[in-house]
This record gives sequence, structure tokens and C-alpha cells, in this order.
Amino acid sequence: MTAVTPVADGAPATAEYDIRLIGLTKRFDDVVAVDNISLDIDRGHFFALLGPSGCGKTTTLRMIGGFEEPSEGRIELGGVDVARLPPYKRDVNTVFQSYALFPHLSIFENVAFGLKRRGIKGGDLRKRVGDALELVGLAGLDRRKPRQLSGGQQQRIALARALVNRPRVLLLDEPLGALDLKLRKEMQLELKRIQHEVGITFVHVTHDQEEAMTMADRIVIMNGGHIEQVGEPSELYEQPRTPFVAGFLGVSNLLSGTIVGDDRVKLQDGTEVRVPTAALAGRQGNVQIGVRPEKLRIGGGEENSLSGTVAESAYIGVSTQYILDTPAGPVTVYVQNDRLGAQVANGERLTLGWSPDCTFVVDAQEDT
Amino acid sequence: MSLAFVRRHVLTVWSLFFFGYLLLPIAVVAAFSFNQPRGRFNFTWEGFTWSNWTHWNAIPGIQSAVELSLEIALIASILATGLGTLMALALVRYGFRGRATTNFIVFLPLSTPEIVLGASLLTLFLNFSTPLGFWTILIAHVMFCVSFAVVTVKARLVGFDRHLEEAAMDLGANEWTTFRKVTLPLIAPAILAALLLCFAISVDDFVVTYFVAGPRVTFPIFVWGAARVATPPQINVIGIGFFVIAVTAMLANVVLQNRRAQRA
Ligand SMILES: Nc1ncnc2c1ncn2[C@@H]1O[C@H](COP(=O)(O)OP(=O)(O)OP(=O)(O)O)[C@@H](O)[C@H]1O
Ligand SMILES: [Mg+2]
Repeated sequence: MTAVTPVADGAPATAEYDIRLIGLTKRFDDVVAVDNISLDIDRGHFFALLGPSGCGKTTTLRMIGGFEEPSEGRIELGGVDVARLPPYKRDVNTVFQSYALFPHLSIFENVAFGLKRRGIKGGDLRKRVGDALELVGLAGLDRRKPRQLSGGQQQRIALARALVNRPRVLLLDEPLGALDLKLRKEMQLELKRIQHEVGITFVHVTHDQEEAMTMADRIVIMNGGHIEQVGEPSELYEQPRTPFVAGFLGVSNLLSGTIVGDDRVKLQDGTEVRVPTAALAGRQGNVQIGVRPEKLRIGGGEENSLSGTVAESAYIGVSTQYILDTPAGPVTVYVQNDRLGAQVANGERLTLGWSPDCTFVVDAQEDT
Repeated sequence: MSLAFVRRHVLTVWSLFFFGYLLLPIAVVAAFSFNQPRGRFNFTWEGFTWSNWTHWNAIPGIQSAVELSLEIALIASILATGLGTLMALALVRYGFRGRATTNFIVFLPLSTPEIVLGASLLTLFLNFSTPLGFWTILIAHVMFCVSFAVVTVKARLVGFDRHLEEAAMDLGANEWTTFRKVTLPLIAPAILAALLLCFAISVDDFVVTYFVAGPRVTFPIFVWGAARVATPPQINVIGIGFFVIAVTAMLANVVLQNRRAQRA
């Protein structure tokens, strides 16, 4: 698409917000689907809205698109509150999970639909539609009807139909959900490439954490209608701030303890571990410390350590997963199989070590 | 004929039998429209002639009856389909108080015996001192046709993907453009079917019409009146005429849909 100015290396030109959600709430009768969320989305970013089923992702997206009226709160698009405007007055476009291609119109007419509403016609219309079809790699299919295309092709047409309007923001609600695994992987990279090329802000809803990690510059993790944490994929993985995020993105070992110093936490069995000072800032009393299984090393030599007996082990080729019973609770550890015959038998005693830098701190469990 | 043959063709035979059962009466009516009866009744075959068709309006009163029936059917089916489409949209799309009741009321005329409908409509018109005639026939026909139109269009709307309309709005179409460009084309087959159905039901309605027609004579009422003293073959001519028009229209609708589906 020539007319869209690509933003250099996908980074925002200015630190300008494309979307601001302010105290956004949606209630359906007795269900609070979205509970007072506030969020800033920067221009030109690939944003992923990630969370378990029913956490309010679709509802949030539909409110931004204008298909659902917020019960409370503001939705600012480029600084203007659009919360009460109908969808056709908002500079956003949506790629629906079901694609929602118009079955009675040809591919050309589908892609041209938005442009025609804005009075674009003739050669200009044909050129723009052609460019959009080329962008998604489907030039030449413009005379077909949607049902003559495969699922993957329909998905691309839905994308072209939305992008051709050059919206300020593109909303995608699980657009890859209906595709098989191989096609989904392909489309993930393809979507990323297209986003890079057109430089439009993408807000992509998914409940697949791997998909979010692969594609997004920033991830918003939602749970039960509220936002748990926002950050870059590595930030969310290395420094989750809530037990939910720690458990939702990958596997975490969470051990309960009490803060006993600026950078020290005493676990339930009395072991003291050191954590980054920043991780304890503003906290007191009971907390949980977390370590990712691949950050644990067998043997000592690290500042933090814990011993336990091997309760279970699973050999999975590149690594072996052990579950250890320790006095502080069960601990999962992944060990690279970089030497032959290094397996540890069940019942053996091991000492695990890890660096304080790899330790994160989250709230204590409510019910304990 | 081996057993295997019978088994293989049992469905064919059964279908032929069924179609024969359906079509035989119509075939008889068609054949007798070419009869040259000696007496006043067209019940025994006497000889072939074209003259019933060339002089279809030779019976006094038959032409005006046919014209009235066609006029009523045309206006009633258009009005009923328009109203029915809007009602179907409201019933499927909007949750409002009394939706369930409305659904039930729409269904009522379909399940009420026509004789009850006709009698109660007559009572109603008499109580309001409405002069019986063209307008009372039209009102009655619109009333019972609307239910058929609602049911037909509703069936199509229930399976309608709402995301299509949202997508249209998302792409900049306001409510009216969305209706014109997306909703209407997609429910058009159902609307057309409703139109044909209403026309067919209206054009041959006798029971209700008989109650509310007053001095006016529609074709079915004409036949009823004539049959007591004579059954001229022209009645068969008109009957087959209506039948051919209806079947052609329905076939055209089917062909149109198929052609569309193929192109799609
Ligand atoms: N139209 C509606 N009426 C009533 N409740 C609704 C409606 N739409 C959504 N909800 C409820 O709001 C909550 C959030 O729904 P939402 O569709 O936003 O979840 P989601 O995060 O998109 O889930 P999924 O991953 O399964 O698509 C759910 O509890 C759902 O039942
Ligand atoms: Mg959803």
C-alpha cells in the first residue's frame, strides 16, 4: 500500500497515544464484563490483549469499535472522546473472528466497501483495492465470491478490507482462531510483517500466550474484567507482578514467605533468599517469590539455594523436567540435557541455586 | 423385475405415485378447460376446443371478478410483505417488552380456523359500521397474509450473521446504507418468497373473503356462486391461468436463487 507512510522500524514517531481508555466499564445486566480499566496505547505499536476466556477482551474491543456502549468511562481516539459515537464515525476498523465478509459481494466489492462509503471511485478505487489485495498476497482474486476462498484466504481478505481504509487503529478479535496450527504460525508472521509495513496501530485480541509473545510489542494481560499487567513480552515474563500473570505466561515456581529486609524474604521453612530491592519496593508482610524453572541450576554456587528430593521427572528431549519436594513447597526445574547420563533418579536429594536477579515477587495468596 | 430392481427404484416409484396424487386433479382441471360441454356442467368429456381459452371472459361477471382478485392479491401481498418484513426485523433484532406476546399473536391467524377469522372480522366491521367491499377485503387479506410473511422472513433472519451488519458499519456505512447494501440483499430471497406466498394465498381465499366482501365478487366467490347453477369451462381456464402464473413465478425465484448461488 503505497499511500500509507511506513513508520521507520515500526517505532512510534512521537510518543503520542492513539487510544486512551479511561475508567472504562461495561455491565451486562448482572455481569461486569469490563471493570474500570484504563489503558494508553501508543501510535504504531502492535498491542496484544491477552487473557483467559470470558475475561472481557472481546467486550473491550467491541467498545473501542463502537458495537457496545460503555456503561462508564471514556474512549479517546487521538485525543477525542468517541465513546458515544456510532461505529461509522470512528476512525478504527475491525477484523472479525468470523471474518464477516459480505457473501453477496465479490472480493473486489468487499474490499472496496469502505472506500466507496467515502466517495472514492473509478481508477483511484481500483488502484487502492488492488494495492490492498497485493499487500495481503491475494492479487487477482478480486472477481471471486468469499465462499470460493479458503479460510486462510478469507482471513486475508478481511484484513485487506479493513486496512484499505487506513484507519488510525486496526482491531483484531482472535483473527487466527479458526485457522489450523501451521497456517496460524504463518499468519502470525505475516500479520507482523503487514503491521510493520503499514505502521498502523494494531490491537490484537487472543487467548494464546505464545501468539501474543510472538507478535506483540506490548501485551495487556486481562483477567476477570480488569488489567493485571501491561508490558513488553520479556518484561511480563521476567517480572510478572501478580500471581495470575506469573502462572498465565509460562510456568512459575511461587513460594510463600515474609519480607525480612530491604532485599530479603524468609520462606516458610526458614530459608532466607535475596531478591532485587526494586521488587520489594512498597511491599510489606507476606509475599510470594517466583523463579522460572529454567533459571534454576542444580548444585550450589548461586546466592539463593534450596534443597529437596526429586518427586517426579519427565524426559522431553532437549531438557528434563523435575518436580522437587522442598520444605518451602514443590519446585519445578528444567535441566538442559547437555551431557549424556546426567539424569537424576526419583528420590535423590538435590540442591538448587539461582540468582537474585532472576527472582520476582508477587502478592501473597489470598486464601493462605 | 428382480427384487434388487424394485429395491433400487422404490423411491422413484413412490415419488411418481406421490406426484401423480398431487398433480392429477390439476391435470384434470387443465384438460377440462379444453372441453366442449353440452349442458351447463363441465363434468363429462364431450370434445376438444380452444374457444374457452379465446373467450375466457365470455361469462358475465367473470372478468371483473378476476380483476378484483388480482388487484386485491397484488396490493395485499405487497402491503403484507412490507409489514411482515419490518415485524420480522423487530421480532428478531430487538428485545422489547411484549416480544413473546407479539410472536404468539403473529402466529394466531395461522392456527385459527378461517371460518372463525372470517366471522369475527365481519362482526368487527359491522360493529364499527364499516361498509363492506374492496377495503374490508383488502384489510382482511393483509391481516392473514402478514403472518405468513413474518414467518417466512423471520426464518431467514434467525440464521443471519449480525457481524455482517457490524462489519458494514465498521466500514463507514450508516444504518440506512447498511440496511440497503447488506441486510436487504441478503434477505431478498425470503422477501420474494413471502411476496409469492402472500399472493397465492390471497388470490384464492374464499372463506374469509366470503364474510367480508359485501357486494363485491372475487374470483373464488364467483366460482362458488356459479357452481350452483352451472360450471362453465372458463372457470377451469382462469384456475389454470392462476396456477401457471404462480408456478412460473416460484420457478423463476428458484432459478434466480440457484443462478445467484452458482455465481457466488
Ligand atoms: N451481550 C452480552 N450479554 C451478557 N453478557 C455478556 C455479553 N457479552 C459478553 N458477556 C459476558 O461478559 C464477559 C466477558 O465476555 P467477553 O466476550 O468479552 O470475553 P472474552 O475475553 O472475549 O472471552 P473469549 O476468550 O472466550 O472470547 C463474559 O462473562 C460474558 O459472558
Ligand atoms: Mg472473545
